[in-house]
Amino acid sequence: MRPDPEGLLPATEPVTLIDSDGAPVTTARAADVPPEAAVPPAGVGPQTQALDPADHSRTATGAQAGPVSHPAPPYGAGAGYWQLPPGPALVAALRGMIAARRFNDQAYALVRQGRLAVYPSSHGQEACQVAAAQVLSDGDWLFPTYRDTAAVVARGVDPGETLTLLSGEWHHGWDVHAHHVAPLTTPLATQLPHAVGVAHAARLRGEDTVVLALCGDGGTSEGDFHEALNFAAVLHAPVVFLVQNNTFAISVPLSRQTAAPSLAHKGAGYGIPGERVDGNDAAALLAVLGAAVDAARAGGGPRLVEAHTYRIQAHTNADDATRYREDDEVAAWSRRDPVDRLRTFLTERGDIDEADLAAFADDAERMAARLREELATDVRHDPSELFEHVYATPTPQLREQLAMLTDEAIRDRPAGDTAPPARAEAAGLAAPTTGTSDPGGAR
Amino acid sequence: MNEKLTMAQALNRALRDAMTADESVSVFGEDVGRLGGVFRITDGLTAEFGEDRCFDTPLAEAGIVGLAVGMAMNGMRPVVEMQFDAFSYPAFEQITSHVAKMRNRTRGQVPMPMVIRVPFAGGIGGVEHHSDSSEAYFAHTPGLHVVTPSEPADAYGLLRAAIASDDPVVFLEPKKLYFGADEVDLDLPVAPIGRAVVRRPGTDATLIAYGPSVPVALDAAAAAAAEGRSLQVVDVRSLQPFDDETVSRAVRSTGRAVVVAEAPGFVSVASEIAARVTERCWDALAAPVARVTGLDIPYPPPKLEHLHLPDVDRVLDAVDDLRWEGA
Ligand SMILES: Cc1ncc(C[n+]2csc(CCOP(=O)(O)OP(=O)(O)O)c2C)c(N)n1
Ligand SMILES: [Mg+2]
Repeated sequence: MRPDPEGLLPATEPVTLIDSDGAPVTTARAADVPPEAAVPPAGVGPQTQALDPADHSRTATGAQAGPVSHPAPPYGAGAGYWQLPPGPALVAALRGMIAARRFNDQAYALVRQGRLAVYPSSHGQEACQVAAAQVLSDGDWLFPTYRDTAAVVARGVDPGETLTLLSGEWHHGWDVHAHHVAPLTTPLATQLPHAVGVAHAARLRGEDTVVLALCGDGGTSEGDFHEALNFAAVLHAPVVFLVQNNTFAISVPLSRQTAAPSLAHKGAGYGIPGERVDGNDAAALLAVLGAAVDAARAGGGPRLVEAHTYRIQAHTNADDATRYREDDEVAAWSRRDPVDRLRTFLTERGDIDEADLAAFADDAERMAARLREELATDVRHDPSELFEHVYATPTPQLREQLAMLTDEAIRDRPAGDTAPPARAEAAGLAAPTTGTSDPGGAR
Repeated sequence: MNEKLTMAQALNRALRDAMTADESVSVFGEDVGRLGGVFRITDGLTAEFGEDRCFDTPLAEAGIVGLAVGMAMNGMRPVVEMQFDAFSYPAFEQITSHVAKMRNRTRGQVPMPMVIRVPFAGGIGGVEHHSDSSEAYFAHTPGLHVVTPSEPADAYGLLRAAIASDDPVVFLEPKKLYFGADEVDLDLPVAPIGRAVVRRPGTDATLIAYGPSVPVALDAAAAAAAEGRSLQVVDVRSLQPFDDETVSRAVRSTGRAVVVAEAPGFVSVASEIAARVTERCWDALAAPVARVTGLDIPYPPPKLEHLHLPDVDRVLDAVDDLRWEGA
């Protein structure tokens, strides 16, 4: 085995959580045993003597320390031990995840009702979504993709505002600077260099800020992912990259995306420590991401975390996932549900009771009702918005085009901007249609 | 042999026929394998021709086009798919610096016989980055051919021609027209790249359009006929090379012209067409050549896109302004 003195390579064993006495704890139920493709099963027994519970960093124990049921790759340090987050943090995570699940399912339903143009759901990824927001302080930044609206909600943005892009009203909804949440980004991995830039600027400006940037397994293949990691490492920027490996990039499985042993390994080549986590284990995510954020804040430079999870629903409502994956696989992952898992763990431990759960469900239901209400009313658009923000000051040409639009509205479309153009209608032609029969998956 | 096909099916048929005819044709991109592409243009190709002939790549457009450059250098004819217009931009460096220039810089030693298929333009209610009209970037780059069909038969013929071409072709597929069906004669000779076609005869003015704007122009001509005006419609089909001959002849026959295109009008293909027509038909023109284009703004969100797109009324308004006094 080659040593990894820099501690850059991800542990070959899954994250092991320990309580304050150093005893191992697991949130896993029988169904939560990851599939072969997931994080390898635990092979190392508790090594409590090797560990300082206050130290969040990974503790190398050596592969000879316990019975290894999984052939150890010729690299890697050993098992990683992490402090189980305190009860209140876990309860807060559960509460957030129950809300996130409700949000996902409500948004999905709103597409069917025609209130959203499209919805890429994070159903099944709620542990990642909530943990990503929960480990950040107020001044920190979050960089989400199109799939991360639930993380944005967990960060405290109004649920309706998170859906502005997907409702088709405008490209973006919330106040970026008030929330320190960048806009949802659709061109894959392009947000990652921006995240590094925000972090670098924060350092130059003397701010105590960490940036958490999200991306998918597919996104790690884009050049921008690699450039962002390299820049972050060279600039020693306080960035945590969280890759939600949900096993698919639309229809393309991870095996077609990379030949690396894991996505967390991609950090090593840039000098960034990588870590793998069970993405359906909220407790492990809070521990690992929390430590990564702490390390970045303390001047330790960037971190890469790969969370292995699963996209339970199709890529978006427009996608037909039956064309590329088996129902059995989806069913197996549905049994590993991250919300049920944390709920079971906290209930059995006595951290929460039925009354708490009822209260969390009520909160989530109220949020969903508010969302339905907000999206039920059509926004009356002012066409001048189309021209207002292209430049700080609209050009003469844009002012001319606004005048044309205003003139049209007065002359031809007194009934409002969705009425069919007058002369087209007179000739028996319908208004130009939007919406489509296309089965396109990527919208 | 006549068949009723959608444009999506016609494109799929063209790929299949080209792959059958020529072993060196290889199709790849994101989700083009098992899924058959998000628009199903490559549906069934992996099953029929195997993984080596149609395959999913890692998710990286620069990598896809760069791979195609290398494969073309080594005797193959790659046909790659960019999933959406704006997602071709990571490949811009490869397309403009290598695909477009390789033949010229090697004095003809290394041609680039490849096709870059791009579902493009709007009208489908897509969120940002899913509705760009990127044709000007490509048409402005010497070394690239740029074509766009407006109907299934041309989609078939032009794609066959593009794959057969020894020069690189950026093949722009108007995604709002993918699922409209039409009669297609698959025995027709392959449509030549570089030829425009008159879609509707007319005597009063000429509408010049391409891709997604052709149906708009045809609708406008139908509406104008109801109002007593006879409009001719020319479908440009090939933006580079451009068919000056057909377009100029058409405009000379009417003496008036309106160019219709979805892309923002500033520094656009529509501007190029208007300039060429003006230079070549000046003595025959009764009015300046007009342009009806998208607004000079980033493509708007779904609920506002109808305000951006050229429609029948805007085309007819432009026609009204072509100095009819005393005509
Ligand atoms: C540059 C770019 N290329 C292609 C696409 C089209 N596209 C949208 S999502 C997607 C798959 C992304 O997979 P992954 O990164 O794993 O994220 P997930 O959707 O699974 O959350 C693709 C190919 C895009 N949005 N941007
Ligand atoms: Mg994915």
